[in-house]
Amino acid sequence: MLDFLKTLFNPPPPPSSTTAKERLRLVLLSDHLSLSPETLAALKADLLAVISRYVEIDSSHADVTFEHRENDVAVLASIPITGVRERTQPPAQATLPLEMSAIDTETHAVQIDAGSESVDTQAMNDTNASENGATSTPVTGVVSAATRRRRRKKAQNLANRSNANAQQLGKPAQA
Amino acid sequence: MEARVEREPARASAPPRGRAIVITSGKGGVGKTTTTANVGAALAALGHKVVLVDADVGLRNLDVVLGLESRVKFHLLDVLEEKATLDEALVRDKRSENLSLLAAAQTREKEDVVTAQMVALMERLRERFEYVLIDCPAGIEMGFKNAIAGADHAIVVCTPEVSAVRDADRVVGLLPNDWRPQLIINRLRPLLVKKGKMLSVDDVNGILRLPLLGVIADEPGVIVATNRGEPLALDAASETGAAYRAIAAKLAGADIAAPSVRVPGTGFFSKLGSLFGGRA
Repeated sequence: MLDFLKTLFNPPPPPSSTTAKERLRLVLLSDHLSLSPETLAALKADLLAVISRYVEIDSSHADVTFEHRENDVAVLASIPITGVRERTQPPAQATLPLEMSAIDTETHAVQIDAGSESVDTQAMNDTNASENGATSTPVTGVVSAATRRRRRKKAQNLANRSNANAQQLGKPAQA
Repeated sequence: MEARVEREPARASAPPRGRAIVITSGKGGVGKTTTTANVGAALAALGHKVVLVDADVGLRNLDVVLGLESRVKFHLLDVLEEKATLDEALVRDKRSENLSLLAAAQTREKEDVVTAQMVALMERLRERFEYVLIDCPAGIEMGFKNAIAGADHAIVVCTPEVSAVRDADRVVGLLPNDWRPQLIINRLRPLLVKKGKMLSVDDVNGILRLPLLGVIADEPGVIVATNRGEPLALDAASETGAAYRAIAAKLAGADIAAPSVRVPGTGFFSKLGSLFGGRA
């Protein structure tokens, strides 16, 4: 009876194969992200282009990295804000998920959990936190090695395109 | 399954060229050598002319797994450095006329192999054999690079462990872009998978996403066979032997259904896909 109550209030831990699968997912996510500097550059350029539609930023001091944390892998972006854009009509593609879906899915480097607002993202709205402009978004997708190789070729094209976008917005192109 | 002669269309004058398949894994100790020996023996038993090349220079083992250690007189580097002819160095298997072995040098280093010479040797072997199976060393350094240099296809061996899957994923990323490597999942323990204590076939291949060539169970027969130097693939009574033979047939172009591995004690065969799919 006591055992029964114990199991009732302390459900057994998930099977170790589930733990293995989850650890594997995260470690590969981390491995893949750290392996593609071109993709990171392209992502950074795209990110800056989108954010600069809303606020004026100092893209020369912007930093975008991936971090393998305890329970997830996240994109960490530190983008200094230099000014607020004049309040005009919001751009037609106003939200991130819409913007993401507008991009050719073949060129996606990572899949992100756009629905889950992380603590850091919320903190961005906070005046104290916005000083360093840090944001973090959990990364959820693993792209297989075969797919990655295919995409690696496309990453350079994407980077070029993003740089062109950034230049159109009057921002310096990313290296 | 693609045709055996693939890169150039067959011309009447051109001799048929065999396939050079590297068996690789990244991680050590997952069963590359055992897989090479068994798939090679099974291909030979199907009537194909096969040569097994031990590319693990400095850690020669394929000869032992095949029980041919007493017959090795010359090795890979002897041929590359023209200290012996190819015919002198090729060891004929004691069971099958179709199977030959080119042993690795035991007292040399992987860096002693010149990549261009290795490629040229694989070309020579492909002219004489239908299948050249290259047993790749663990790691992703020079030995790996030399082993894949002369190949045109890869079989990735992976065990259902986090470290092995991670390394397999890394190795697949290092293979040439136009290859479509096939996967063998080795040392699967169906009972543990059923209890949720081991990654399943679907778990592993859900991540690697490679064409599945076969699944080999972790069973004592493999160890006994290695003790004796007799490839299990030649044991007609062994279920694991049958799994190796199915892999060989599939590699040779047969259209074979999903591999099956028996759950010990239950006495029935189940399709791996349905049995292990979806169980966390």
